[in-house]
Amino acid sequence: MYRSHVLVCGGTGCTSSNSAAIIEALETQIAEKGLSEEIKVIRTGCFGLCALGPIMIVYPEGSFYSQVKVEDIPEIVEEHLLKGRIVTRLLYDETVTADEIKSLNDTKFYAKQERVALRNCGVIDPENIDEYIAYDGYQALAKCLTEYTPEQVIQVLKDSGLRGRGGGGFPTGLKWSFTAANQADQKYVVCNADEGDPGAFMDRSVLEGDPHCIIEAMAICGYATGATEGYVYVRAEYPIAVNRLQIAIDQAKEYGLLGKNIFDSGFDFDPHIRLGAGAFVCGEETALMTSIEGNRGEPRPRPPYPAVKGLFGKPTTENNVETFANVPQIILKGAEWFASMGTEKSKGTKVFALGGKINNTGLVEVPMGTTLREVIDEIGGGIPNGKKFKAAQTGGPSGGCIPASLMDTPIDYDNLTAIGCMMGSGGLIVMDEDNCMVDIAKFFLDFTVDESCGKCTPCRIGTKRLREMLEKITDGKATLEDLDELEELCYYIKENSLCGLGQTAPNPVLATLKFFRDEYVAHVVDKTCPAGVCKKLVKYEIVADACKGCTLCARKCPVGAISGTVKNPHTIDTNKCIKCGVCIDSCKFGAIIKK
Amino acid sequence: MKTLAELMAIKEATMQKMTVREDTGDDAIRIVVGMATCGIAAGARPVLNAFVDEVAKRNLKGVTVSQTGCIGMCQFEPIVEVIQPGKEKVTYVKMTADKVAKVVNDHIVNGSPVAEYTVK
Repeated sequence: MYRSHVLVCGGTGCTSSNSAAIIEALETQIAEKGLSEEIKVIRTGCFGLCALGPIMIVYPEGSFYSQVKVEDIPEIVEEHLLKGRIVTRLLYDETVTADEIKSLNDTKFYAKQERVALRNCGVIDPENIDEYIAYDGYQALAKCLTEYTPEQVIQVLKDSGLRGRGGGGFPTGLKWSFTAANQADQKYVVCNADEGDPGAFMDRSVLEGDPHCIIEAMAICGYATGATEGYVYVRAEYPIAVNRLQIAIDQAKEYGLLGKNIFDSGFDFDPHIRLGAGAFVCGEETALMTSIEGNRGEPRPRPPYPAVKGLFGKPTTENNVETFANVPQIILKGAEWFASMGTEKSKGTKVFALGGKINNTGLVEVPMGTTLREVIDEIGGGIPNGKKFKAAQTGGPSGGCIPASLMDTPIDYDNLTAIGCMMGSGGLIVMDEDNCMVDIAKFFLDFTVDESCGKCTPCRIGTKRLREMLEKITDGKATLEDLDELEELCYYIKENSLCGLGQTAPNPVLATLKFFRDEYVAHVVDKTCPAGVCKKLVKYEIVADACKGCTLCARKCPVGAISGTVKNPHTIDTNKCIKCGVCIDSCKFGAIIKK
Repeated sequence: MKTLAELMAIKEATMQKMTVREDTGDDAIRIVVGMATCGIAAGARPVLNAFVDEVAKRNLKGVTVSQTGCIGMCQFEPIVEVIQPGKEKVTYVKMTADKVAKVVNDHIVNGSPVAEYTVK
């Protein structure tokens, strides 16, 4: 029996900030002090507060240490673990008030969150099936196999109102019923873990923090739809997730929770892992299945839909990781419980990966209908350096953006569609006044041009032309007619592309055009970039009154564009200037401005 | 594994090992063992471990065992305090691992402090 458990985040975020070395140091020091029999170190999944990583929590006190360094470990072991004195200086400062230490759940970051898909992340040891079972794991599967008919399982899903979390928002129960209705000698369940949106890491965190829950949900789906084999298609760039998933499958097989005749019900289920090589288009369901079959990842026309003719030509149900993560909870707690959260047509919760210009970069899960303002200002801790919020980009390269004026819109599928945006898979990139919206659109087009598989012309050539038009705008060479053409081409690509990649690729352009047309016009008509990002349109100038003539900028300038004598105002030769920004960063008097 | 009962058995067994991570709330009974240098030197560690084992063995809910620093009466170490909301704190002194079972049984489970182990 261990008197104390030390949970250290072993998600990708904290691993990259050295949590593996921390765990090693902890184990060594604990052994040195002879505490190995008393204190257990557990590597968990993501806690969500990635900005403060590496994260460590010590029970029974529940002390939440943030940004722990290897050098801090001797102090934590000596003081806290050996002598029971909490090292206050290393605690997450939100939990420390003048006279007491608050519980983590009372901090702003966690208080408004509702964790369903992430409920076990950062709570259990993902490589230990017993801990998953202790937190109700595999009970939902047992309940389905021993108490429910497949039709009843689908009915529970339908009643819960769960919709696909990959971005499409299609009702999950309905999707399952389509596959169930088709007779075939073999059917499949596919889990889409090919999370490709830049800045999105929800699925990775679920797989890393709670892999068993995905496997359990896939088995439930198999029972409900009549499938006996499953595939998890996961990116090879997620080595920790792949590793834990494999461990989870092996453990579940050993316990007889997968394989033949599960719970003596006659139901067989066998999941496999397939690694994706990182092509964005393989996140599209038909391209994903083509890739699993061993072919080049290219989409195929729908219909026939996967429910009729999917993987290897057999009826297939494909769901996203986060969708599956909700399923066991819905079975155990009931459809009504799930439907009590969220808005009228979007039930439950949604996980968002917060990134960009925000203080608390990380992973949050909130009930549907929470406003963007709550997510950004309260949970996210606002924008760093007192800058002003400009917009949030949702849904990555297929999504749109929510401007500051619509920050109070309750976030759900239908509201976001209504304002010309989309839910997407859950990437939420925050932009402040220093971001140029035309540049953002160009960034995402760069991505889709690279990732277009090339099968259909509107996407292959259309996105390339779109990218060129945006470049023309940021170079200050475009006319107002070009803006109209840009919009026309967007709609053409949307209507004529074969798959979701092309159909949604123009969304970042359309959304920024809709909400930030003035920025486009400034680039086109005034030949200026209001945010000072587009290099070809920016001019650097020295304000003579503010310049003290310290010569620092002239010495730093890599191209010798700044001239002047000591103690006299300097000037920048705009023909030589390469707009690298070194002078602005070096000036101590704020005398250099971008125009 | 073929039955729900087998699954539940694993659940129960593992949960018992994981109680240390539960949020016991404000009304939990706290058993606090003095674990400063003086306490450790006087043998507080076996006492602490004995409490952890005893609480686990009896599968007690809402009881946490934790450590604290020096309470200030070093000659009476190992010192153990039992803190229960709404009741006066009870301080046990010169504790040994052998005395632990009686404290858990009489005080924690049955609510009557063991007077003979407290400070005279």
